[in-house]
Amino acid sequence: MAKFRGAVVVDAEKCKGCDLCVVACPAGVLSLAKEVNGKGYHYSEMARPEACTGCANCGLVCPDAVITVYRKNIQ
Amino acid sequence: MTVETIDIIREENLVYRKTPALTDNVMHYCPGCSHGVVHKLVAEVIEETGIREQTIGVSPVGCSVLAYNYLDIDWAEAAHGRAPAVATGISRLHPEKYVFTYQGDGDLASIGTAEVMHACNRGENIVIIFVNNAIYGMTGGQMAPTTLVGQVTSTTPYGRDVKLNGFPMKITELLAQLDGTGFVTRQAVHTPLAIRKAKNAIRKAFENTKKDKGTSFIEIVGTCSSGWKMTPVDANRWMVENMFPKYPLGDIKDI
Ligand SMILES: Cc1ncc(C[n+]2csc(CCOP(=O)(O)OP(=O)(O)O)c2C)c(N)n1
Ligand code: SF4
Ligand code: SF4
Ligand code: SF4
Ligand SMILES: [Mg+2]
Repeated sequence: MAKFRGAVVVDAEKCKGCDLCVVACPAGVLSLAKEVNGKGYHYSEMARPEACTGCANCGLVCPDAVITVYRKNIQ
Repeated sequence: MTVETIDIIREENLVYRKTPALTDNVMHYCPGCSHGVVHKLVAEVIEETGIREQTIGVSPVGCSVLAYNYLDIDWAEAAHGRAPAVATGISRLHPEKYVFTYQGDGDLASIGTAEVMHACNRGENIVIIFVNNAIYGMTGGQMAPTTLVGQVTSTTPYGRDVKLNGFPMKITELLAQLDGTGFVTRQAVHTPLAIRKAKNAIRKAFENTKKDKGTSFIEIVGTCSSGWKMTPVDANRWMVENMFPKYPLGDIKDI
């Protein structure tokens, strides 16, 4: 059976910390950073990268289109 | 970043990234604003159907007044509410182009009611994208025609009162009654599934332009977290609980 591992790259400087991607992630991968970006927003980051399947839900819901999603078949 | 993650972040594993039809400008919208998602979907459809050079947008007055900074296509800017009239002129002069308006509920259902009614009644071969967030976002959260009964806004501090303010206007259902509209639908962009459906509807609307099927009208029920004074996540929840019963999602007309 195919097994996928994913990874996302958030453009932290353009992220507005809206939290929508965090809520949309079915695997609990993302959370808002304690640190802020240049605009003062707590940007989204992969807190649990090992759980990412590359489903792209986070990318779809991001209003600012700052998430890039990758997915690799590891079997 | 673990070694494994670095191994996954490679071009050949790419599944989702910002479409090139969106510019690199940072959108001025508040965090979580539905306008951003709707812009993205329109841009993706335009890019994926290869009509970037043939598409002309008409932007409104409202928070999306600067939409022309974000979608890398040709644009015209209309006076408040007049986008369907401007789009009529463009579409009649350039019948081979894909012409769409992008409008909020204050712009479309209040000051621009006459223009949208008559453009739809004439069956202009245009797409109308209508973002209904039940408020005037840009000017500080005043009541719109679509504001719900009891909804608190800066001009209805005790909630919308039908005796004083009338009823929420379901303008999409009204426009579906007109013989000029071919495709009328109501969508939302709060979940990945809703976003996929909304994108399909937008794609279909642009395809209808090619088939000269009359006016295609897409309402997107959206949030205005700043005007509603909620977090974006809470605003989505509030929308599902309060907006959807009044503004149910789905196709209203498809000929
Ligand atoms: C002729 C004219 N009247 C009033 C205004 C003030 N005004 C600017 S935007 C707006 C309403 C915007 O609300 P909406 O269309 O719902 O857009 P949103 O910001 O919510 O996306 C109004 C009344 C104006 N700019 N021009
Ligand atoms: S791709 Fe899917 S699993 Fe990975 S972070 Fe995004 S939403 Fe979560
Ligand atoms: S949805 Fe986009 S803007 Fe919002 S927190 Fe996530 S990455 Fe940032
Ligand atoms: S005021 Fe409302 S509609 Fe305007 S950008 Fe902010 S959230 Fe969006
Ligand atoms: Mg509005």
